[in-house]
Parts: sequence; structure tokens; C-alpha cells
Amino acid sequence: MTDQPLLRTPLYDLHVELGGKMVPFAGYEMPVQFEGIMAEHNHTREGAGLFDVSHMGQARVTGEAGALEALITADLSELEPGTQKYTLLLNDEGGIMDDLMVSRPDEDGFFVVVNAATKGADFAHMRDRFGRRAELIELNDRALLALQGPKAGAVMEALCPDAAKLVFMEAGRFTLNGADVFVSRSGYTGEDGFEISIPNHQAEEIARLLLDDERVKPIGLGARDSLRLEAGLCLYGHDMDETTTPIEASLTWAVAKSRRASADFPGARKILKQIEDGASRKRVGFKLKDKAPAREGAEIAHDGTVVGVATSGGFAPTAGAPIGMGYVPAELAKPGTEIELIVRGKARPAEIVKMPVVAHRFYRG
Amino acid sequence: MSQTRFTEDHEWIKTEGDGPATVGITPYAAEQLGDVVFVELPEVGKSFKKGDEIAVVESVKAASEIYAPVSGKVVEVNGALEDAPGKVNEDAHGAGWFFKLEVADASELDALMDEAAYQKHVD
Repeated sequence: MTDQPLLRTPLYDLHVELGGKMVPFAGYEMPVQFEGIMAEHNHTREGAGLFDVSHMGQARVTGEAGALEALITADLSELEPGTQKYTLLLNDEGGIMDDLMVSRPDEDGFFVVVNAATKGADFAHMRDRFGRRAELIELNDRALLALQGPKAGAVMEALCPDAAKLVFMEAGRFTLNGADVFVSRSGYTGEDGFEISIPNHQAEEIARLLLDDERVKPIGLGARDSLRLEAGLCLYGHDMDETTTPIEASLTWAVAKSRRASADFPGARKILKQIEDGASRKRVGFKLKDKAPAREGAEIAHDGTVVGVATSGGFAPTAGAPIGMGYVPAELAKPGTEIELIVRGKARPAEIVKMPVVAHRFYRG
Repeated sequence: MSQTRFTEDHEWIKTEGDGPATVGITPYAAEQLGDVVFVELPEVGKSFKKGDEIAVVESVKAASEIYAPVSGKVVEVNGALEDAPGKVNEDAHGAGWFFKLEVADASELDALMDEAAYQKHVD
């Protein structure tokens, strides 16, 4: 893996021009920050931030909806054209292979967006299981931008008024500055915003157009991580992986009611039993009582005994405190439970908190 | 007479006569780390050997170890960093100092870089 040359997105030159500090991430050279993580984080919560998420995997799925549905936890019959859902790709044991967005921006089948680090495995798994029932077409010819923040709607209004009419978890196909784009009203920050899929050759021009708006600033992966952590959103491969079920990951809501009734998703028996009886461990949020951040891998203790581990953690700029996520036994998962995080051998007092730590501000019309 | 020396790990150590030496990180290091949100300082009275891990700086992004630039005993720490860790970014060479060391062996200071050599090191 490490010997593979790093890939670049169509916005690489723009990132360098804007002073982005480039780092390797999921096989790509990506900007971790521009002016600084804290400033970028705050700008996204107050204005509008532009993120390059072109490293993520985009694909169209056509054919029988049932072929895709059989692998995930969503009810695709509920997915009307023009809408989007968050769902989970499961292995046969009910472990989470990935979390993904599936939408129907038009009448031409499904549009899926998966994580960068897992896209190869996801697409191979889907193709393998689809057989002849459905076809997966990778959209390597498309970049993906996220425009996030309370001013994102007004910025979009000026460029593509039709796309600005979408509400949270709606999606559509539009023409933006002459480009054929898929736009969804969603994101990974807890703020209102959009994800915009653009043909590679038009991506830089549209990014520049967005950045010409003085409300918009470029944001790196550092702030993307602190924003999603405050929003209580999972980072795949950290907060959940193939050894985690949706119930353990506190994502029961992503398992559609109708799919529970039909019990026809991978690992259904195990997952339905966990819904019934409860899982023995749960993903929770925590907040430290002093200033020392506890990061991924820090042990979680209760009454002096190690009971779990942090899967994400860091200083939360908007919350003004170190926060994180991790797994604890179900009986300790209640908000308000006193725990300790072991940071460099010292037990730091913390408590389980309800997620999101910073309230979501999605646009629901 | 005061003199400031630098380590390859981007710390500065300032000595004034025979008094304790003040230690911090350079503005270059602070800039590289980004927004500092917490500094874990050593215990006053504890002795360290040159190169021992003596403090930890936490930025939004990551934790970075700080190593003792010379051997010595910690005689004072900058308690102001507890409430205002951002001083490390604002004034790395002044108000953002970390701790004061009673230097065990002054000859260890001579092995460190002077300002001109440090400038070359970061350029």
C-alpha cells in the first residue's frame, strides 16, 4: 500500500495555489489545512466552507433495485426520485463494510457515494453480489465538492437557484455554470450544505466560482474531522468497521423499519436479536472535564477499570472542550455517566454525553 | 548576559547568567503544529536527562512530544498556559514559554545551535 504513488484530485493545483498543506490521506494527496484548522472550523460554522471530497467513491447503480437493497439497510422503495438516504453496507455477519449515501438524482437509477479508503472493496463486493441483476458504473470522471455552513444556501442560490430549493436529504441533477452536476443537500459537518458532483474537467472552474464568493473559504481535512466529530458523525474505519454492527455503532435508525420486518438484510438474525435484546457495547460520545484531549486509542475507564476505548477524539472548537467517541458496555452508555479517559497514563475525568455535541442545523424548508 | 540556543526539534532554551534556563518551542514549530489547545507540563522538582520526553503539546490535529533540550531539574512551569494555551501560537518566544530548568551540565548548552545555525536548519 505504502509504495503506491499518491493520487491527486482535479483540485490539487488549486489547493497548492491556495496554500493548502498537503498530506497523504486514503491514497490521495489532500489538504489538511489552509489558514488553520480552528479558523476553518469556525468559518464553516459561521459562513460557508468549501471542501474537496473528490477522493470519495462515486458510482451509478442501474438494474434491479433489489440487488443493491439486499446488501444495505435502507428501503429503496421509499427512496423517491429526488431524495437521498444514509445507509450501511453490511457483510454477511452484519458487520459494517462502509457507510454510504444513496440517492436518486434523476430517473437513471441510483447514485452512491462511498468512503475513499473502502471504495475498491465496496465496489468489488457490490459487483460480485449483483451478478447480472444490476450494474455498477464507477464515476471516476467526476469530482465531488462539499459546500457547508449556514451561508451555503445563499451561496448556492446565486449560482444555481434550482439546487438551492432542495431541502435536507433531497438530491437532483442540475446545470451549474454549464456543467452537468448531481447536487444533494447534505454533508458531514452538521451544518446546512450541499455535496456537488461535477465532471472532472469542470471542477476547478466551479470551485473557483464558489471561492469568488467572499462568504466561501477553502477548508481542509483537519476541520472536516473536528466538524464531523462535534456533529456526532462516524468516521469509517475508526468509529466503526467490519467488527461492528449497526446496533453497536448506535446507528439502529439507519436500519429501515420495513427491512427489520422483512429480515432480508445481511446479518439480519444477529442484528434483529441485538435490536430486541440490546447490544453488549455501544458507541457513545464523551466530553473531558479538563483541557487535555483524549484521542483515538485512549482507554476508557469506569471506577478505575478499563471498560472500552476511544475511537475518535480531539479538541472541539465550537464546544470549546475536548470531546470524542468510543465504545463502552451498554450499561455505561447513558449520558451523564462518569468515566475517565486514560491519556499518557493519567486518568482524566470525563462524562458520557448525548450526541451531537453541537446541534445539527440542517435546512428542512 | 542572556543567550538563546536551539534544538533540532525546534525548542529554544534561554539562559541568563547562572539562573534557571527558560524553555519553549520556536515560532516555526508553533506554526507547524497549528492551534495549540493544551500543553502537558512537567512536574516542578522533577529531573530529566537531555532527550527525555518532558512535555506534550496538543494541537487541534495531534499530540507532539517535547524533549528536554539539556539535562536538568524543573523549577517552574508556565501555569498561564493552562487557561490560555493559545499563547504558544501568539508569542512562542515570550509569553508562550513552557518551563524553567536548573541546568545540570552547562556544557550541554554548547552542543545546541545558535540562532544563525537554527535559521539554516529551518530554511
